[in-house]
Amino acid sequence: MDFMATADTTLDEILNLAAAHFKVPREKLSPDDDFFQALGIDSLQTLDLLTKLENHFRVELPDYELQGVTDFRTLAGKIQARL
Amino acid sequence: MNSTTERAASTLDTFKAQTLSWEFKGGIIELALHRTPCNELGSVSLDEFEQFVSALDHFENSAHALIIYSELKAGFCAGADLRELYLRSSTMETAQAVRGVRDFLERIHRALNRIDASPLTTIAAVHGVTFGGGLELALACDLIIADKTARFAFPELRLGLIPGFGGIPRLKRDVGNAVIRDLLLTGRSFNASKAQQTGLVSQVVGEGEGLGAARATAAQLGKFDRRTAAAAKQFIKPIPYEELRREIDIFCELFSRPAVQAGLKKFVESKDAQPYLP
Repeated sequence: MDFMATADTTLDEILNLAAAHFKVPREKLSPDDDFFQALGIDSLQTLDLLTKLENHFRVELPDYELQGVTDFRTLAGKIQARL
Repeated sequence: MNSTTERAASTLDTFKAQTLSWEFKGGIIELALHRTPCNELGSVSLDEFEQFVSALDHFENSAHALIIYSELKAGFCAGADLRELYLRSSTMETAQAVRGVRDFLERIHRALNRIDASPLTTIAAVHGVTFGGGLELALACDLIIADKTARFAFPELRLGLIPGFGGIPRLKRDVGNAVIRDLLLTGRSFNASKAQQTGLVSQVVGEGEGLGAARATAAQLGKFDRRTAAAAKQFIKPIPYEELRREIDIFCELFSRPAVQAGLKKFVESKDAQPYLP
């Protein structure tokens, strides 16, 4: 139960950070959204998001781990695995 | 100095070209990069960079520091202009393409070696994407100051190449071999904090604060005798000329392989505007 609560917290923080950084209304983002489309970003801006997340969560996430990751939920799982 | 020489000297103090500009003031030269989208280093960039390097002789009698930075939001420099490289090499026979690449590499090595050997203390103020040739440009400097958006990578392996602008020999001066293997063999990027932990970056500052921190550092450098600083730099910062030459040979050998053209083609034809993920 604690793990799930923590994983949900991580997901929530990611959605909040992404919304604030790319100036997209938070209510328009859902966990299973394709973040490239939902945020209107390309791979360069994804690296920017990655930096933000690494700094916020104080983790290091190799960018090759983002290969094939397109939704916030999976991204949260990758971050969670490093906490 | 007569009036003609004074006029010539003062016109060198500020210069604006297509991909870069510079300004000399208060003993500090500031070289600004501004070729959209992210200061990709192609033939025009190299021509203008060589102009700057030629002007260094004029500055080194009176300056004490050089700051190199980018005016572009996207980052410091994304590396070589791969689109130009592909478009030129794909129309040539392999041997001719390799000769063209070797010529480009030798020119850029001469320019970066000149920066590396300058008696001035040199500072790269970086942010955002600092990849490939961009990282190599930063490595030619004495200090790297990064804002917290900076990311560093050698993505060349993704194209079947190694860094060709002197990156590996210079990186060996600054960080451990394990870190170099990580960067080179995985092609991944490090953020500024990680880069500072490895010893690559001397200061990490807030977003947008890199140039300000570089200016403060340059002002500090101006307090010391220039000849002493130049002697100290020459003593502690060897330039690995032999390895740099070998790097060009290895790069050119790799470039001749069909897989490289295929990798360049894939990069150029990617629908993603800037395919920076590994």
